[in-house]
Amino acid sequence: MIAFFVTATVLMVSAIMVVASRDLVRSVLWLGVVLVVTAAAYAQLAADLLAAVQVMLYAGGVVTLVLFVVMLTPRPDDERPSVAFVTPERGLFAAIAMFFVIAFALMQGELPATPLAGPDSAEVGRLFLTDHLLAFEALSVLLLAAMIGAIVVARRRDAR
Amino acid sequence: MTGPLGWLLLAAALFCTGVFGLLTRRNAISLLLSVELMANAVNLNLVALGFWRGDPTGQVIALFGIALTVAEIVVGLALVIQLHRHNKSVDVDDARELVG
Repeated sequence: MIAFFVTATVLMVSAIMVVASRDLVRSVLWLGVVLVVTAAAYAQLAADLLAAVQVMLYAGGVVTLVLFVVMLTPRPDDERPSVAFVTPERGLFAAIAMFFVIAFALMQGELPATPLAGPDSAEVGRLFLTDHLLAFEALSVLLLAAMIGAIVVARRRDAR
Repeated sequence: MTGPLGWLLLAAALFCTGVFGLLTRRNAISLLLSVELMANAVNLNLVALGFWRGDPTGQVIALFGIALTVAEIVVGLALVIQLHRHNKSVDVDDARELVG
């Protein structure tokens, strides 16, 4: 109970800091906080394997990668007025309206309430290699495609 | 409150935070971070529902989701680097013209 509220509070505060922070490096570091706290949430929901993967892949890999790109690109000047239709007020209204629609839908529905007995990484691994084997193999092809795609897209055109 | 509803509302709030960032930020990297927040909320949703259904399949799908998001962010960052080379800026307002 207390663990849930602590997790939820930290998660929401750091998520809001990600989108509200003016400095991009701070945004990325707050995203790291979000991802680590999400791993804590996974651990509370009997998903040990996912918590470990989340910390290694996201908090370790993605945050480092994004930090590198942040340092390679110039800082934008936020002083310039945006030409976009969506002002911060309109964006805030849209996001809050969307939240209330989702919350309303959740209140209407019948939610399941028979929790898992406990963490069972062996069962997750078994499902991976039996019921979801095709998706697993397709995923490895996708990762290869993403790697080649990233190299091709980011390559200098004149270095050909 | 700590039943499924609390977790699902938390995931919904996270997702909407990501939507707000996606709508209002102008730096392409900030947009990627917002998408990341939204994907994270979806994974949390999957794990929470899987837990309360007593079914580890939710975790399997969330693992697929994590791998897909990582692939997406890698390609997205490559696009940001190319955008920077092309426009000398990563502000998406500067990238309105498709003519290259």
